Amino acid sequence: MDFSDLPDDELWLQMQDDLYDGMKEEVAAETNEALKRGYGPTEVLEKGLVAGMDVVGVDFRDGVLFVPEVLMAANSMKAGMEILRPLLTETGAPRVGKVVIGTVKGDIHDIGKNLVAMMLEGAGFEVINLGVNVDADKFLAAIKEHKPDIIGMSALLTTTMPYMKVVNQMLIDERMREEIYVMVGGAPVSETFAMAVGADAYGRDAATSVDIAKAYMDNVRKQDKIDKAAAAANQ
Amino acid sequence: MTNRFLALLAKSREDNSPIMVDGGMGTMLFAAGLMFGDPPEMWNALPDKQDKVRAVYRGYLEAGSQIILTNTFGGTPFRLKMHNLQDRTYELNKLGVELARDEAAKFGPERVVAGSIGPSGELFEPMGKLTYESAVDGFARQAEGIAAGGADVFWVETMSDLMEVQAAVAGARKAAPHLPIVATMTFDTKGFTMMGVSPTQAVNELAKLDLAAIGANCGNGPDELEATIYAMHQVDPNVVLVAKGNAGMPTLVDGRAVYNATPEHMLEHARRFRAFGATIIGACCGSSPAHIKAMTTALRTMPPLDPSTLQLTAPLAERKSMSEDKRARRERRG
Repeated sequence: MDFSDLPDDELWLQMQDDLYDGMKEEVAAETNEALKRGYGPTEVLEKGLVAGMDVVGVDFRDGVLFVPEVLMAANSMKAGMEILRPLLTETGAPRVGKVVIGTVKGDIHDIGKNLVAMMLEGAGFEVINLGVNVDADKFLAAIKEHKPDIIGMSALLTTTMPYMKVVNQMLIDERMREEIYVMVGGAPVSETFAMAVGADAYGRDAATSVDIAKAYMDNVRKQDKIDKAAAAANQ
Repeated sequence: MTNRFLALLAKSREDNSPIMVDGGMGTMLFAAGLMFGDPPEMWNALPDKQDKVRAVYRGYLEAGSQIILTNTFGGTPFRLKMHNLQDRTYELNKLGVELARDEAAKFGPERVVAGSIGPSGELFEPMGKLTYESAVDGFARQAEGIAAGGADVFWVETMSDLMEVQAAVAGARKAAPHLPIVATMTFDTKGFTMMGVSPTQAVNELAKLDLAAIGANCGNGPDELEATIYAMHQVDPNVVLVAKGNAGMPTLVDGRAVYNATPEHMLEHARRFRAFGATIIGACCGSSPAHIKAMTTALRTMPPLDPSTLQLTAPLAERKSMSEDKRARRERRG
C-alpha cells in the first residue's frame, strides 16, 4: 500500500474515503504516510480521521448508512487512532471532552451504546465505556475517578429506562449534577422521556449525540472564557 | 396429523379472515413481578413462577389469540449465557413450550403454539464475533427444545440482520425439518431495520427461505408499522404478512415506563393493518390481553376498511443517497 504519489490534499480525501468505506489497512497506511510528510498528530486526526467520521455521522443520521457500515468505519478509524494516540499523548494535544458511557442496570443491550462511544471517539472525545448493566454506584465510581464532562446512559427496555432517573437523582444527591451534562438514548427513549428522567439532552442517534456533545463542550469553553474575562476585569 | 398452524393459514385463505396472534410477553411478566435484568425464560422452570407464565398464555388465549408465542424469546444459548444458563438451553425452551401447549389445549385443539426465537444479541463477523456456523448451532439448540416441547411453528422475531434470520431458519430446520417457520423483522430505524434492511428487501430475501409467513414486529409504534406492512404488501400481495407492533411509545408515569397506546388506539390500528395487507395481527411491547381483546373484537365484528380511503401517517422507508460532497469525491475517484 503506497500513497506516496498522492498530493497532500488528495491524501486527506483518500483517507476520508477509505475511512468511510471501512478500509482499515488503507486508513492505517495513510495515517503513517501523513505523519511521514511531517504533519502533526492533531492535524492528521482532524484532517483525515475526524473529517472522514463526520461524513459517516451525517450519512448515518440521514439514513444513508446503517449500523454495519458505521461499525466498519469506526473500526478503520480505530486503526488510525492506534497510531496517533501515543503521539497525541506525547504532544499533550488538547482533548475535546471526556465522556463516561454505559447501558443502565438490568439492561444488556450494547450495540447502539457502543456505536455512540465509537462515534464520540471518532470526534476526538475521550470515552470511558462502562459496558452493560451499569448501576448507579458504578457510574458514581467512574465519575469520581475520571471526572467526565458528560455521562451517557443507554437503555433498550422499558423496564430499565426509568433507571436513568435513579442515576440522575444520585448525581443530584451527590451534588455533582451541575457539573455534569447528562445525555440519554436507546430505541424506545424519546425527547419527552429524556426530559422526564431529568436528562439534559436526548441523543436520537449516534451522530446527533456527537453533535450535542460537541455543542455542549463549545458552550463550556465559551463560558470558561467569559468567566476568566470577568475574573480579570474584577481584579 | 395436519399441522395446526398450516391448518389455520389454510382456513384464513379460504374465508379471507385475519388470524389473531398475541401481545407482549415481557410486559406481562414484568407486571407479574419479574425483576429487570433477570432472564424471563428461567420462570419456565421455577415451580412458583410457572403459574405466572401460564397466566400470561391464558390471558391471551381468553382474549382471542389463535396463536400464542412462547416465553422463549431470549432462549438462545447466546442470550442465556449472560445469565450463565446456556447449559439449560434445551430444558428452558422445552418447558416454556410445554406450559403453552398445556394452556392452549384447554381452549380446544386448534390453538397454535409458536416457539419464539429472538435475536442472539451478537453481531456477525467482521463487525462482531459471531460466525454463521456458530449461530446456526446455537439456534438449533434452542429449536430442539422448542420442537420437543410440542410447538406447531417456529416464530423467529425482532430480527434486524438478514444473515441472522437465515441462521435461525437453518438452525430450526436442522432441529425439526417438518415444522413451518415464520420470521418477522423490526424496522425501527427510519423505516429500515437497525442493520439497514428495508421492508422491500426483507420480502425479497425472506422469499428465498420458504417461510410460512413473514412480517414486522416491535419497532416504533403502529404508525410506522403500517407503512412497513404497506411496503411489504406491495412487493408481493400473496405473501402472508404478520403485523405485531408495540402499543405506541413509552412515556414516564410515576417512575415507570408505560406505553401510550390504549386498547382503543390499537383496535383502530388492527383494522388498518388488515386493510394494508396483514393477515396475522397482534401486538408487541406494552400490550396486554386487553389490547388483544379489543383488536380481536374489532377484526371480527367491524366491517373491513377500504385501503383506498386510508392514508399512511408515517413515511415509507427510502434509501437516501450519499451526502453531496461525498458523492463528488466518489465520482472523482471513479
